[in-house]
Amino acid sequence: MDWALLVTQILNGLQLGILLFLLAAGLTLVFGIMDFVNLAHGSLYMMGAYFCATLTYALDSFLLAVALSVPLTFAVGIVVEVLVIRHLYRRDHLDHVLATFGLILVFNSSVHMIWGAAGNPIPLPEFLDGRVELLPGVVIPVYRLLIIATGLVTAGAMYYLVQHTRLGMRIRAGASNRDMVGALGVDIKTLFTLVFGLGAAMAGLAGMMIAPITEANIGMGDDILIVAFVVIIIGGIGSVRGAFIAALVVGLIDTMGRAFLDGVLKVFMTIQNAETAAPALSAMLIYILMAAILYFRPQGLFPPKNR
Amino acid sequence: MYKHAMWLLSVLALAVSPALAAEKVKIGFVTTLTTPAAVIGNDMKDAFDLAYEHIGGKMAGLDVEIIYEDDGFKPDIGKQKTDKLVKQDDVHFVTGYIWSHVLLASRKSALDAGKFLISANAGPSQLAGKLCHKNFFNISWQNDQTPMALGEVLNQRGVKSLYIMSPNYAAGKNMVAGVERTFKGAIKGKDMTKWGKDAQLDFSAELAKAKASGADAIFVFYPGKAGGAFVKQYMQAGLNKSMPLYSVYTVDALSLPKFQKAGMKGVLGSLMTQFWSPDMDTPQSKKFVSGFLKKYGRYPSFYAAQSYDAMFFIKSAVEGVNGNLGNMDGMRAAMEKVDFPSVRGKFSMGSNHFPIQNFYLREAAADSAGRWTTKIVSTVFKMHQDVYAKDCKF
Repeated sequence: MDWALLVTQILNGLQLGILLFLLAAGLTLVFGIMDFVNLAHGSLYMMGAYFCATLTYALDSFLLAVALSVPLTFAVGIVVEVLVIRHLYRRDHLDHVLATFGLILVFNSSVHMIWGAAGNPIPLPEFLDGRVELLPGVVIPVYRLLIIATGLVTAGAMYYLVQHTRLGMRIRAGASNRDMVGALGVDIKTLFTLVFGLGAAMAGLAGMMIAPITEANIGMGDDILIVAFVVIIIGGIGSVRGAFIAALVVGLIDTMGRAFLDGVLKVFMTIQNAETAAPALSAMLIYILMAAILYFRPQGLFPPKNR
Repeated sequence: MYKHAMWLLSVLALAVSPALAAEKVKIGFVTTLTTPAAVIGNDMKDAFDLAYEHIGGKMAGLDVEIIYEDDGFKPDIGKQKTDKLVKQDDVHFVTGYIWSHVLLASRKSALDAGKFLISANAGPSQLAGKLCHKNFFNISWQNDQTPMALGEVLNQRGVKSLYIMSPNYAAGKNMVAGVERTFKGAIKGKDMTKWGKDAQLDFSAELAKAKASGADAIFVFYPGKAGGAFVKQYMQAGLNKSMPLYSVYTVDALSLPKFQKAGMKGVLGSLMTQFWSPDMDTPQSKKFVSGFLKKYGRYPSFYAAQSYDAMFFIKSAVEGVNGNLGNMDGMRAAMEKVDFPSVRGKFSMGSNHFPIQNFYLREAAADSAGRWTTKIVSTVFKMHQDVYAKDCKF
């Protein structure tokens, strides 16, 4: 096997994993800490992408657009939490699913009305649109490296926030025992609103990162949300660290499957059968992994402690 | 007294109106009007509406009623909507259909109800061959034909090796089979990517493989939103410098304005094959393109051109029987004759009810007003028939 191709594919897998992490981190926080199933998480991912697309054209700067779109999606998250989500915490999961599924329809139709059905491509500035040769033979688009860097910085910031700040301590305490934290005088309502907004902003950031590659599209978040759920189940619901590692594992497995599975299958199958089986099998790989994890370790790889 | 008379009159009018309604030509149009693929559906609908205007809303003196239905990009919904059209609305013709898998799922509903089914886009191999039906017509092309023309172009241009990428569904497989049938060089690699509602849009792994394969050129089929995503990543990966792009149904009037808006100049000059192009020199095409540009302010896509043709095709059937909509055999015979002005000029119907027509090489280029569109470079196939016609027995 060509090692340069292998390194390139590992980087591609990392980049996909990082994107999944940005999406899954918010999901796992909301699900794990607030015990709330948010199917509309993908809609916030889509909103981030659309805000960024519009602002990029308006301001003629992708980076500035991202800087403004993150607080915008944060704000959308807060509004959604106050208007809808807040009233559902005490209800059961089925109500969460119904209400947030409704939200998906509202978001998708609103985007259709405001921006139209056509996708919105986001032009990148010159210095991000090129490629670099990291090692001899390993040429990768600069923008994909930026995604990896952004994800790592965000992951670091999240780790610091959750583990080393007062706010993070409260979030962790809220996850362990919501009622006790409330009894001790912490305003748990505002705390949850903040957490939800934070998750929204991270989902939005993921949307902004992917849109220059695939365009901002209606329903883009619904497609990837399923994979994000796979990530948080593998990582252990409520664990940001678990989400990070699981996202990288899922990203790598998915990419490696697409990259090398047909070659592997061709060794012991006819070429024609391998060509049919490889895409089907590589699309299933992450679900097979999830099923195995659920069987051997139902709580996930890194379940949060004290639960 | 006067009031009573009015009341009586209106009751009479109500009683008479169902009889009048039966004298309408009802056309059901199934396409995708939600999801990002609505861009295609809207383009088809716009063209069909324009055609309705151009025929003055009448066929053989009868009023025409169009009922649009949204398949939501899903075969099961498309089938439900087809059922609704043939059973509840009792339409005479069902047309539209962007997607091969939606058409294949809906086929039985329309044909078992004894209606004419006319595909304005999808041309799956099954319906051209073993599953062909006397009441099914295709007014676009058989899926394999356009890529077969492209394979021929590759041979002519001396391309020795090729990398292939396509979505993994009915039409995607036909496209790949088509190009493989005519291309004489080596296939260095092939990727069939996930398709459907959660289609794969990040092609980093596949593009890295394509680059490592060292093929002379790359062939892709990515309709709709995937096309934009693919072209962007192809250029971000820098492959446009080493591996020229040959595509079918990927770079079109729907994606080019977006590429222009985003300043993606690398797409200009990329080559594709097609049965028609907006710059085509036929009277009907000129009327259609100028009418479309005037009404909607943009170039029509090939999807739109086929939908526009579908209206005139149906009109030729209704006029062939002087508006006697009960005469199915007469309408079928009229459609088999292909006696209508088509945007593509002259063509004929094969024994399997798929067109026998020319295919052209097109290039993405700017028009005189600076708008990005496609222009015909040369004719690749003259009066080409699909390869499945021999398997078709009514």
